[in-house]
Parts: sequence; C-alpha cells; structure tokens
Amino acid sequence: MLGEGIIKGMAETARNFFGSFVSKERLITVEYPEQRIPTFENARVFPFLVYDGADWEAGLRCVACQICEKECPPKCIYIEKSKEKKPDYAGKLQIYPAKFDIDVSVCMSCQICVEVCPFEAIKMNTEFELATDDRFGGLLLDRQKLARSNEYYHSIHPTEAAEVDARLAEEKAKVEAKAKAAAEAAAAKAAAAAQAKPTDTASPKTDTPKSGTPQSGGEGA
Amino acid sequence: MSATMESALKARMARQEGWNRPPHVEPEGEGELLELSMGPHHPSTHGVFRMDVSLDGERVIRLKPVFGYLHRNHEKIAEGTSYLASMPYTDRLDYFCSLTNNWAYALAVEKLAGQEVPERAEYLRVILAELTRIQNHASTIGFLLQEMGASGTPLMYAFREREKIMDLFESLTGSRLMCNYMRFGGCRVDASAAWLDQAHKVVATIPEFIDEFERFLRSNEILMARTQGMGVIKPELAVNAGLSGPMLRCTGVGYDIRKVDSYGIYDRFQFRVPVGDHGDIYDRYMVRMLEMRESVSILNQALKDIPGGPVMDPKAKIRNFRPKPGEAYGRIEAPKGELGFYLISDGGPNPYRYRVRPPSLINLTILEDMCLGHNVADVVLIFGSVDIVLGEVDR
Repeated sequence: MLGEGIIKGMAETARNFFGSFVSKERLITVEYPEQRIPTFENARVFPFLVYDGADWEAGLRCVACQICEKECPPKCIYIEKSKEKKPDYAGKLQIYPAKFDIDVSVCMSCQICVEVCPFEAIKMNTEFELATDDRFGGLLLDRQKLARSNEYYHSIHPTEAAEVDARLAEEKAKVEAKAKAAAEAAAAKAAAAAQAKPTDTASPKTDTPKSGTPQSGGEGA
Repeated sequence: MSATMESALKARMARQEGWNRPPHVEPEGEGELLELSMGPHHPSTHGVFRMDVSLDGERVIRLKPVFGYLHRNHEKIAEGTSYLASMPYTDRLDYFCSLTNNWAYALAVEKLAGQEVPERAEYLRVILAELTRIQNHASTIGFLLQEMGASGTPLMYAFREREKIMDLFESLTGSRLMCNYMRFGGCRVDASAAWLDQAHKVVATIPEFIDEFERFLRSNEILMARTQGMGVIKPELAVNAGLSGPMLRCTGVGYDIRKVDSYGIYDRFQFRVPVGDHGDIYDRYMVRMLEMRESVSILNQALKDIPGGPVMDPKAKIRNFRPKPGEAYGRIEAPKGELGFYLISDGGPNPYRYRVRPPSLINLTILEDMCLGHNVADVVLIFGSVDIVLGEVDR
C-alpha cells in the first residue's frame, strides 16, 4: 500500500511523543541556566595556575621555565621571567613569572600546557561561563586572575590532584633528603677540617645557614 | 619504453577516457542557461562551500564545486610546530570525528618514529574509533533526511544518540568534540572501570536506536522515491576517482582499510564490510546503517576483551620528540573514508613535510558526475549523501 512506510514512521514518532509522558529517560532536554548537569571530572576548559598556601603570589608553583609558552599550539601564553629568585615548594630557589598572561580568546583548550609542565603548575579549569563585555582586557587573564589554590584544584579534579600531591611530596622528600645528606657531608667535612685545624671554625658557621635557609623557606611557602 | 608497454598504456588511457570525463548533458529546447551560485552560505552546504551550477530549467547541465573558504593553513602550521602541537589541530579537521583524526596522525608518527603501542591503548583506540563511526553515521543520516525535508525529527533522534556518545567522550577525554586524546605511543589517560561500564551500557542501547531508525524511515515512500536511482556512481568511476569509505562501498566495491591494512588490532575482530549494489543515495544510506550495526559488534568484542596494563609506551617522550629522518604514511578507515597522514622528518623537532589525505575532499571531486541531469533539489541531496565536513575539505 502506498503510504504504509510513512504511516509506520509516524507511529514511531507518536510512540516517542507519548512515551515521554510515561518514561522519564525520554525527556533528555536540560533547561540550562536553571538546571545544570554536573561537569565531568576530566572536563577541561581553560588553564589556571596552581598555588600552595594562602598567599597566591608567594605560592605559585610556576618557575617561568617557558616550556608551555613554546609548546602552546596557538601561542596564547605570554611569560616574563623575574629578576630575583624565590624558594619553591621543595625549598629550591627558583625564578618566578613576573608576568604570566593567557589570552583565553586564543586558547583552544587542548591541555598541551598541562602535559608538558614539569612542575605541576598549570592545570585545566572546569569553569566555562567566562563571557565578558570587555573583549580585550576581559579575555587576557593575568597571573592574579589565573591563580587558583591547590584546594580548588582538589575540588574540581580530586583523583588527579591527589596523584599530583603524592608525586610532589615524594619529590620534596627526595630534595630534603638530598639537602640533609649534603648538609651532613658538609658538617662532617667541616668537622674533619676542624679536627685537622682546631683554630679554624669559620667554615661550618657559613655552611649551616646555607643549607638551612631554603628548607625553612620551603615549609613557609 | 617498449612498444608493447606503450600500446598497453594507450589502450588503458583510451579505456579510462570515458570514466574520467563527466557525462555530457545537452540542454533541451530553446532558451538560455541559468547560472546559479549555490552557497557559500547555503543551509544545505554544511559549512562554507559553493557550487556554480548551470541550469536548463531545473536540470543541472554543469556544476563546478568551489572550495577553500575555510582554509586554515593546517599543513603549513604543522610544519612550523612540534609534532605534539599538531595533535589538537587534527581535531579540527573533521570536527565530527576528532578521535579518528587523532588516531591517523598518531599512527603516522608512530610509523615514523617506530614506536610501539600498548595493548590496552590499542583496544581503547578501537572502542573510541567505533563509537566515533556510530555517531558520525547517525548524524550524517540525520542531516541527509533534514535536507530531504524531514525537518528536525530524524536529526534530533540521531543527535539524542550522539549525545550519549559525546558524554562518554567528555568523561574520558575532557572534551566533547575536540578530544585531543591519542598520543604517540598510546593514549593520554586511562579509562576507568566505571567508564567502561558506562560504555557497555551506551553500546547496549545503540541497536535499539538503529532498529527504531529503520522502522522510522527504511520503507518511507518519500525517502525511496527521492533517493533510489539518484546520484549513481559506477564502480569503475569510484575506483578511478579514488573514493573511499561508504561512498566507494555503496557501489559494490568491498574495500575497507580495516580489512585491507588491518592497522591497530582490527585483525582480531569479527566483522563484515557492508557493500551496496546500485551506488545511489539509498545504498549509501543503507551502507551507513549497516556499518553502525557492524561497529556495535566490534565494540561488544572490544569491550569484552580489553586487557589491563598501561595505556602509554613508557619510552614515549612528550618533550623534545625528534623522530629519526625518514618518511611515513599512516592511514585508517575514518567514518568518511581513507584518512591518511604523510610525514617527512628531517630529524628536527617539527615535520619537514606534513600532508593530509582527506576523505571528504576526494569524495567530493566527483560531485559533478553524480549531479548532471538531475534537478536542483536533488543536488542538495546528492551533496548531503557524500558526507563531508568542510573543515577537512579545506583544511
């Protein structure tokens, strides 16, 4: 019969239409601003900079190595190195970014910067409502706008953040053990020197603060 | 050249002449031809694409495709950046199937650098590629029916299914469309057990959707009247024009790179290659429908067998990746056809030459042959059945 196929198709549409009154899973629309689907843990939108502790400026993990700037496919990251150094999480003295801008109108959310960063300093945010009426300044985020605490990182990517923290703690322990060993060796050397020359006590005094300062700085940061 | 070789070559060229030239269509009766520029902003062109059509009344006498409106310099950009930095750009070629683009590029670089891919990563790649194929075919059919005048409903049904697969992609790779998931020597992150469970659940609902879609449209008289015998490609022409994917298989040529090349681990799975018979739009539609069913069967096998282990080759380097000098061509069966990446390395951090063989562009080259003699309204349908994405055509 001509038109049989069309009637069959219409029956299918009707089944879907009336079915939506009965079964909830047929209603798939979400009315966005009022209703929200929770974002996935792996979701990525734009990058942010992680900092430890309470002070965002002192705690930034970034050491301005500029690897992400080089690897960024659309080249949307701008970094300026600082002149002086500050201690990082493990207590080593490092350069920090005097300027770290990301142009989010250029950024294509590819996560390459996160993958190449050796310092776990840049991570992906899940915040997506970034519309602004200022198309230049509003979309060029500086390091203060990019900085987010480690707790925030834990809240959006809990599994990944726990892994990162474990890795950082391990590295810190390694660095500290190394520093301790170095200090002990220096002390032993100094003691040996002192034994050889009992009158010369200057070298151990200068050695101890050198190895001690970065450690205390690391705990503070 | 010997005389026999020369005569053989001449004979071959004479044989091919008929295939390579589009059939000539004469205008009927008196009057002038109407020159019509369809596009670049025509709702049926899936993007920015123009067809210069010469019409005799409603009949198409000549058709000239004009592309390049979406040219983004992809290949030249890739020659200036590192190998890794091109990976997110490959997402943007065929933005419906970013994961298969990733795979083709990763395959080419792995061949170039001689890298191994762990077992689990191979399985994940197959799972993601087949999911991509399902959602691409579903939305292509949806768009085709929309162009036929079934405004909205079939497309929305297709997109409803696509959304489930997109959610899977997002929860694994972080992004719905621009997945940027595969790396040289594996995949970026591992799939959790919960993700695989969810994938099982989604795959279990797909046959139901395909059945529904078939009940919905397969025997629809309007669909049959408008697609059967429309836009016919002959197998000889299809082979000569270098078509691939469903466009080639609808003519009856059973050429599937998953079978021919068995890249990755495709030789481990049981699946059939659906082929058409007439080479018309209806056959293309049916080939895509059947391919979705075959993809479901591959997915079931892959999800059952997936082993544990790492997803990334431990020797793989992310920074300072410099493959040894040489060249490589990696190709896969993307949903639209043969997608290939050709790379030449001179030992530096970026490729010396980077070339994409896009299935969409090459499938589009015989548009004129398919359209001549048909009406303008059918040109829209024939164009829709080619299944192109302009991001890949223009690059």
